[in-house]
Amino acid sequence: MSSTAPAATQRITLFYQDYVGKKVAMALSGVVLFGYVIIHMAGNLQIFAGREQLNAYAQALHANVPLLWIARIVLLLAVGIHFYTGISLAGASRAARPVRYQVKGQRHPNLAGRTMALSGLVLAAFIVFHILHLTTGTVQPAPFADLRPYDNMVNSFRVIPVAGFYVLSVCLLGLHLYHGAWSMFQSVGFNHPRYTPALRRFAAVFAFLLAIGFSVVPIAVLTGMVR
Amino acid sequence: MRLTLNVWRQKGKDDAGGFVKYDVPDVSEHMSFLEMLDVLNQRLILKGEAPVAFDHDCREGICGMCGFMINGQAHGPLRGTTVCQLHMRHYKDGDELWLEPWRAAAFPVVRDLAVDRSAFDKIVAAGGYVSVSTGSAPDGNAIPVPKEIADRAMDAAACIGCGACVASCPNASASLFTGAKIAHLGFLPQGQPERERRALAMVAQMDLEQFGGCTLFGECQDACPKGISIDVIARMNRDYWLSALFSAPPSAGAAASG
Ligand code: HEM
Ligand code: FES
Repeated sequence: MSSTAPAATQRITLFYQDYVGKKVAMALSGVVLFGYVIIHMAGNLQIFAGREQLNAYAQALHANVPLLWIARIVLLLAVGIHFYTGISLAGASRAARPVRYQVKGQRHPNLAGRTMALSGLVLAAFIVFHILHLTTGTVQPAPFADLRPYDNMVNSFRVIPVAGFYVLSVCLLGLHLYHGAWSMFQSVGFNHPRYTPALRRFAAVFAFLLAIGFSVVPIAVLTGMVR
Repeated sequence: MRLTLNVWRQKGKDDAGGFVKYDVPDVSEHMSFLEMLDVLNQRLILKGEAPVAFDHDCREGICGMCGFMINGQAHGPLRGTTVCQLHMRHYKDGDELWLEPWRAAAFPVVRDLAVDRSAFDKIVAAGGYVSVSTGSAPDGNAIPVPKEIADRAMDAAACIGCGACVASCPNASASLFTGAKIAHLGFLPQGQPERERRALAMVAQMDLEQFGGCTLFGECQDACPKGISIDVIARMNRDYWLSALFSAPPSAGAAASG
């Protein structure tokens, strides 16, 4: 006998098929990445505490191998879901308006929101480059040594195009989150007249802090403050 | 005053269409935008040309029939105003305007500035209703509704279904419309029995009609002649995922007899 009640897996696929389900997937993967970049930034800032502190922190993170791989797999899944869903949502939007307007008259200034797909694509390129550069050392603009992030950063951020690409990417990350860290709450329906304006401020503050917090490291190396 | 209009002319759904320039020399500041088009059309008819097709009905800003883009803005530049209530005193002599129809895959052009908005009707048919018991009329205030809730339901119910939200949305999404309908019924006690099914069915229909998704840009709430807030979209999203994951499956008894 066939039952009309959908099974658990069926529910998940049905859920993801509709665009609201895709938005929830965007928000959930987005919040994982958001949490991660905050921790990541806190890690990076230890460069100002000196070579020993930062290199010891990196080695401590790598000491627990199972935990390291769990974190990597969760992040990879989050990026994969976020990337794939983001691209498919952007594609659906294009298809929904096959004939474009000849005259544009935007009312609501929203640079961050409107460039989500663009900032996202640059971030995707950045993530690939960043892993090949400072995790695996496959791309070596400067000499690379495993698990010595202090030395690796100092050596490669002296190369101006590399430092420039990092600063540009983290500024775009700030822009992406200026909209994203607010809209993820709306996507899952966390909305209340009292808290929604506060969430806007929350997103703006974190976007700004992240852009600054990540940028100061390459800038400090470039200006010779960290050597 | 004298205006130059660039009006989108398109014979039908499959015609390519294009702008045609018209000189309108005798516009009074007391006319509404549609009355100004009536004057233009009168002249076109006398010249033996086809008048510009546009939708309209009440001309009081309450029916939702009218609407097109003026210089890329749905219903023109004024906030909280349908194009039938937009008056020519907001323009000045010598202005040049571009008029385009709502553009969305879900809203095919019927002719010129008139589009087919049946997709909205299908979304409403999918779940925008409440069950009402037959028999003698129930007591007026038998079901208590808190004032705040009644007000919020009323705010959402102000939607006239004109389609400006879809037209102005960079994603051509119908989320503000669908969210408004879901909130309008879902706030009220009478709307509770179908609440879960409603969110699922209306969102699914919105996808079928080829509207885009919502990225919460906020353009729609600025274009909405009734000032409906994107809060209704967050509410729709919440109703949707709670229902998708947790709505009760039919009971074993119902499944056996059904
Ligand atoms: C892999 C590259 C990335 C791509 C292609 C991408 C793309 C996108 C797109 C297109 C959206 C808007 C979706 C929509 O509402 O239509 C979005 C939203 C979002 N992104 Fe990304 N993104 C990327 C990386 C990131 C990173 C690294 C983070 C966080 C650190 C992030 C956090 C967010 C958040 C929080 C949202 C809001 C989700 C929502 O509105 O529900 N994204 N992303
Ligand atoms: S004609 Fe009825 S709202 Fe404009």
